Amino acid sequence: MSQGDREFEKKILSVASQELKEEVKDFNIAIAQVDYHQAAQLVHKIKHKISLLGMEKSYEIAQAFEEQLNNGSESLLSDFRVILEKMITFLQESE
Amino acid sequence: MTCIIIDDEGTSRVILNQFCETSPELDLVDEFPNAMEAIKFLNRNEIDLIFLDIHMPDFSGFDFIQTIKNPPKIILTTSDHGLALDAFEYECIVDYLVKPILPDRFQKAVNKASKFVVPSEKAQPVEEKPESASVPSNKEFYVNIDRTLIKIKTPTVKLIEAKGDYIYIKTTEKDYKVHSTLKKIVEKLPEDSFLQVHRSYVINLSMIIDIQDNSILIDEDVIPISRSKRPELIRRLDLL
Repeated sequence: MSQGDREFEKKILSVASQELKEEVKDFNIAIAQVDYHQAAQLVHKIKHKISLLGMEKSYEIAQAFEEQLNNGSESLLSDFRVILEKMITFLQESE
Repeated sequence: MTCIIIDDEGTSRVILNQFCETSPELDLVDEFPNAMEAIKFLNRNEIDLIFLDIHMPDFSGFDFIQTIKNPPKIILTTSDHGLALDAFEYECIVDYLVKPILPDRFQKAVNKASKFVVPSEKAQPVEEKPESASVPSNKEFYVNIDRTLIKIKTPTVKLIEAKGDYIYIKTTEKDYKVHSTLKKIVEKLPEDSFLQVHRSYVINLSMIIDIQDNSILIDEDVIPISRSKRPELIRRLDLL
């Protein structure tokens, strides 16, 4: 995507990292309040970042989790949290 | 083409912003994290093209399209593969980009949009009318063929070739043979979009596919470039 433009890559990763921190915070609040609609919206936004990082399997899990939340269930929550942790670690290391 | 970005995700806006900056056809005017701010902006400003995210909280991209009067051309951006069919419901939607968007695919969508858009900044009134090819506005002009006035939309014109006493106007829809001269039609076409690159050829700059040393590829036509016209062509491409 960046076609070798390092500055562009750095900018994407920096914005994604900052944005993800806020989204994770909001996601945790939504889950704590059992607001599945809001949680699904946030998973949707996070999904794009998952695909940007090339995490294909994780993307499928996030996709399924978003659908689950829209149907009022959260059984993939722990799998999704693992994905979030991986993303945060990766983005922090990139900064 | 003037354009704006509407996307609630900052990362998407950064990526689209960068792609717009590197696309010579685009002039990115502003970007918005939600549809409501964009609607306020559009009430005061005219824009040629919108990159619109479908999935936004509270007010989706489709809600946005249904709300604005006379929407400009729109390229949808989304993480969902399954909404393409819905997109065909709207005439203003020219393409559908699935995230993560790659530069080549982005440019393809821009090229597609440019075929539909008459850039708003470039519209200029035209005063004189030539005998057989008249240009009442930059958006369209009429040609006289066998005593019939035929309307041609300017953005659809790919190139014009002079042959003897005739000019051949090649458009994305049809080709026309008109009894006129290249000089007459050149005077009337929008200068920003068209350039005479050879004594027998005028081209629409937005239709260029690629340029080699002495020729330009437009659709399937290879157009020669005069040595004297080459610097002007390069300068104009820089400007776009």
